[in-house]
Amino acid sequence: MIERTPFLNIATHVILLSGLVIIIIPIWLAFVAATLTLQEVNSAPIELWPGNQLWANLVEAWTISDFGTKFLNTLIVATSVVVGKITLACITAFALVFFNFRGRMLIFWMIFITLMLPLEVRIVPTYAVAANALSPFQTILEVTGINWLINAVSGIEVALEWNLLNSYTGLILPLVATATGTFLYRQFFLTIPDELVEAARMDGAGPLRFLWDVLIPLSKTNIAALATIMFVYAWNQYLWPLLVITDRANYGMVVVQLSDLVPDQLTTGGGTPTWHLAMAATLVVMLPPIAVVIFMQRWFVRGLINTDK
Amino acid sequence: MRRAYFKFSWIAAVLLAPQLMIIFVFFYWPSAQALYWAFTLEQPWGGGNTWVGFENFANVLSDPYYWGSVRVSVIYAVATTILAMGMALILALFADRQLAGYRAYRIGLIWPYAVAAPAVGLSFQFVFNPGAGIFSYLNTLSPGVWDPSVYPWQAIASIVIAGAWKQVAYSFIFFLAALQAIPRSLSEAAVMDGARPLRRMIDLQLPLLTPTFFFLLVINITDSFTDSFGIVDTLTGGGPFRSTDLMVYKIYTDGFQSLDYSGAAAQSIILMLLVMALTFVQFRYIERRVHYT
Repeated sequence: MIERTPFLNIATHVILLSGLVIIIIPIWLAFVAATLTLQEVNSAPIELWPGNQLWANLVEAWTISDFGTKFLNTLIVATSVVVGKITLACITAFALVFFNFRGRMLIFWMIFITLMLPLEVRIVPTYAVAANALSPFQTILEVTGINWLINAVSGIEVALEWNLLNSYTGLILPLVATATGTFLYRQFFLTIPDELVEAARMDGAGPLRFLWDVLIPLSKTNIAALATIMFVYAWNQYLWPLLVITDRANYGMVVVQLSDLVPDQLTTGGGTPTWHLAMAATLVVMLPPIAVVIFMQRWFVRGLINTDK
Repeated sequence: MRRAYFKFSWIAAVLLAPQLMIIFVFFYWPSAQALYWAFTLEQPWGGGNTWVGFENFANVLSDPYYWGSVRVSVIYAVATTILAMGMALILALFADRQLAGYRAYRIGLIWPYAVAAPAVGLSFQFVFNPGAGIFSYLNTLSPGVWDPSVYPWQAIASIVIAGAWKQVAYSFIFFLAALQAIPRSLSEAAVMDGARPLRRMIDLQLPLLTPTFFFLLVINITDSFTDSFGIVDTLTGGGPFRSTDLMVYKIYTDGFQSLDYSGAAAQSIILMLLVMALTFVQFRYIERRVHYT
């Protein structure tokens, strides 16, 4: 199909280029700020072209924020969340699709409903649970009177406690449950032909061997797609680490560190706002997920579109 | 459904247990806890919670600050959704023509999705800063005319622009994917009928985008209610004079700074109902879309 539409083609380029410019302006300004000195960044009118302080600012921002430890922490947490989410999604969907038992639909719906309970709306009680992850069980023991029974019989007072604050477990565990991932896997498993299951059983494969040797190699595409979006999701977590981690020196995450870099009265003590450092740090923090999206573009787009519909 | 099953055994139970355990502890229990707190009030001198019925809700709903928060949340939701979806739709329609440079345009419009909300907030705080940002030009012309930390409407405009900036990429990806799913034969038939590209956009592509459009509408509104915390926290901190105190941000400040668990829980329940209603609408629509295709 060949059409000659020279004017429309020019208009198309103009529209797309202006879209790109609108998108890039704030980040360009942040980038320029990160290349200036303290005096330059605070002088009006502002610079629109980069200076030569980028490296110096990056180094200084890196040292004052102690980004070495924090990048390592963020990487550990993001990787664990990705691995955890994919594993959980895969095994849950496998059990739901390939085993025959009552209550399958009930369990499916229970996982489904968690979509309607995003972390932000249940943040206060979830934080209370993180302070003692076993408190639900403790409460159940007390309300049902089992605790009293144990105490009467054996004289032991049951006090379950598992504090998740200031730990990797606390950062990771509440984030690994995944309704969308489970659906994606369920959809994929439903397309596996019955003959494949029968053939595997005929060859004497049990469910776990079937999962490991047949399904997981088949679901590599799924894994790649899920991994990219989950990595971006985990890296960009803000509210949860902000609450769970008070020991920022040891367990701090990079994105949370940004809240300490807002140059207001608190951080500068009334001095000149250190925008050049704040912007340098912002650039460093946003770079890894952007790199993942750009280099894994195909998987990323596929993952996003498949999980959200 | 599937015929070839494995028999239920301890293996299935072991495979299901981890996820069920996590959603019980971190989803269902906290939600039940929020319900419990919403209908009870903690005694000031200890001694557990007492049942107060709908009193917490009545307090929240009679609080002018809460209604202020609802108002700005709605403004934020509507404004970011219109800005982001409008821009994404136009860009996707033209990017879909796949002229030279298509790949570059596409990557250039997708990557903002990966930027963390607080990073967006911090960058825009610099852009809108009255002393150092690009808007400081206005202040050199007429001192004091631009300062989002003083004028509420400027603060609201700041979070709306930052929020919309963050959302564009998401809508763009979905619009573009939907456009590329339109069968080529339809476009060719339209060409045979003499429809030029712009005519095809309006009469062919836009109507076929309706399902995606409604899907994105609901997702964008839901996201603006839940996902705005990082932007508000780094950009305005809810101020000035609580003018950007979005619902999620208010739950956070009431719960963790004022330690008003019951009030925060009542607000959580209201927001939860709102998100549920939106999700319900979304799935009703998805059910409908199955019939389309």
